[in-house]
Amino acid sequence: MNAQAPAETGYNFAYLDEQTKRMIRRAILKAVAIPGYQVPFASREMPMPYGWGTGGVQVTAAVLGPNDVLKVIDQGSDDTTNAVSIRKFFAKTAGVETTTRTTEATVIQTRHRIPETPLTDGQILVYQVPIPEPLRFLEPRETETRKLHALADYGLMHVKLYEDIARHGHIATTYDYPVEVAGRYVMNPSPTPKFDNPKMHRSPALQLFGAGREKRIYAVPPYTDVVSLDFEDHPFEVQRFEKPCALCAATGVYLDEVVLDDRGGRMFVCSDSDFCASRRDAGHRGEMANAAQPAGQS
Amino acid sequence: MSELPLLSARDLGKLYGPRIGCEAVSFDIHEGEVLAVVGESGSGKSTLLKLLSTELAPTSGNIRYRMRDGVTRDLFALTEAERRFLLRTDWGFVRQDAREGLRMSVSAGGNVGERLMAVGERHYGRIRGTALDWLGRVEIDTDRIDDLPRDFSGGMRQRLQIARNLVTHPRLVFMDEPTSGLDVSVQARLLDLVRGLVAEMGLAVIIVTHDLAVARLLSHRIMVMRHGHVIEQGLTDQVLDDPREAYTQLLVSSVLAA
Repeated sequence: MNAQAPAETGYNFAYLDEQTKRMIRRAILKAVAIPGYQVPFASREMPMPYGWGTGGVQVTAAVLGPNDVLKVIDQGSDDTTNAVSIRKFFAKTAGVETTTRTTEATVIQTRHRIPETPLTDGQILVYQVPIPEPLRFLEPRETETRKLHALADYGLMHVKLYEDIARHGHIATTYDYPVEVAGRYVMNPSPTPKFDNPKMHRSPALQLFGAGREKRIYAVPPYTDVVSLDFEDHPFEVQRFEKPCALCAATGVYLDEVVLDDRGGRMFVCSDSDFCASRRDAGHRGEMANAAQPAGQS
Repeated sequence: MSELPLLSARDLGKLYGPRIGCEAVSFDIHEGEVLAVVGESGSGKSTLLKLLSTELAPTSGNIRYRMRDGVTRDLFALTEAERRFLLRTDWGFVRQDAREGLRMSVSAGGNVGERLMAVGERHYGRIRGTALDWLGRVEIDTDRIDDLPRDFSGGMRQRLQIARNLVTHPRLVFMDEPTSGLDVSVQARLLDLVRGLVAEMGLAVIIVTHDLAVARLLSHRIMVMRHGHVIEQGLTDQVLDDPREAYTQLLVSSVLAA
């Protein structure tokens, strides 16, 4: 093994030892070869609790090279605790360059969003996945869910959507909306809003999914069909927003609601902080832009 | 309808270690025919039903089934995918305990629609229409379509199970003590319903019961089991009115007259 020089004494490059990274890469290769199939892997203890992205961190550690540029987002934002600490973790243990710019990054680890800026060839998007099994809440037995996947027996998924329509009049699943990958496996896209589902379809970037607690890795290779499940008379739809972003006036993007005071004041802003900042840098101004902080410091 | 049997079992046996589950069971069943399997607890009735529905693999013998395309095949030579497809299209299974046969946390409409969705129906309106139609046919108020089966009475649950199974127009239905645990008036309505549906759809039914009255009402032919063996079989009326075996005589005479 030619282990790379650690960035700080005491750590192997990117924290994990080389044998572990090999094991994870094998799982990733298998996952890429069978799009949407959940590959079991020997998930390691990471210096963070389950649920904070232990799966995503292991996948990132396994694919990261010294020349990569890493971006980490949490709910679309580069500056929340989870994003900042994972970014710092790799800056320290791998010494790689980090960025908040989607266009500059070669590896993006994400929790709950796909960046608004379209991804390009050669980029890798790593998702943190809490529950990889789309059939989990419909069929509690793991032996049975595996059999259902093996036989492509996915009637149950539609039972869930049927129940949604029967109860709410429309498909009320808004995140972790099940998709069919490459016409074969049904997959959970991790708890991203369904708004992001169309971005997965034929994306030029490689999409990798790591579930640390559940010990599963799955993948969507570049330019792979990803179709959201639906009914003929209740087709899949993404969320729509009435107003543009209050800071950068962007439309057709996913917005977060921010409560401003206790008198009903609120604003809707881009959930993708980098996208919003770069639009403001380019001179776009939303209706509340002047009241808010200057660009780049949100 | 074909001259060939729909399902034929030959020399079917299942051993649980040294113990006999059932042994040397052979019979044929045709479309539109109702076969009752009676016997006391532990006589091998349920084992036989599990073998026939391919839930258990037999120790000896074979079962041949005439598929919808007319080809007769050995059930245990089917692939897992073919077997499952058969189970949710051409077969039905009405369980003794409705909680095993239904999804208790899914609405009545979803329960009925599940098989349709499993075979590729992707139109919500049509699925719901079919579900409404079937709820009507099993005498469940159509405004209960969005209620959960756990809010249903025992009799309604059994009728819902029947609707859920018959929605894909199966040709063969297994019933495992479908009326036990129901009070007599509800039993009578359920039996009436089953009898009507069997006649209307030309179903073949294999019904396991310990209740001779159920067997007499529903079935054309009867098999009496004891200690894992079929000790007597024939036309229902003949066997029940003129039992040949001592055990069958005992069984018939044990029925309490109301």
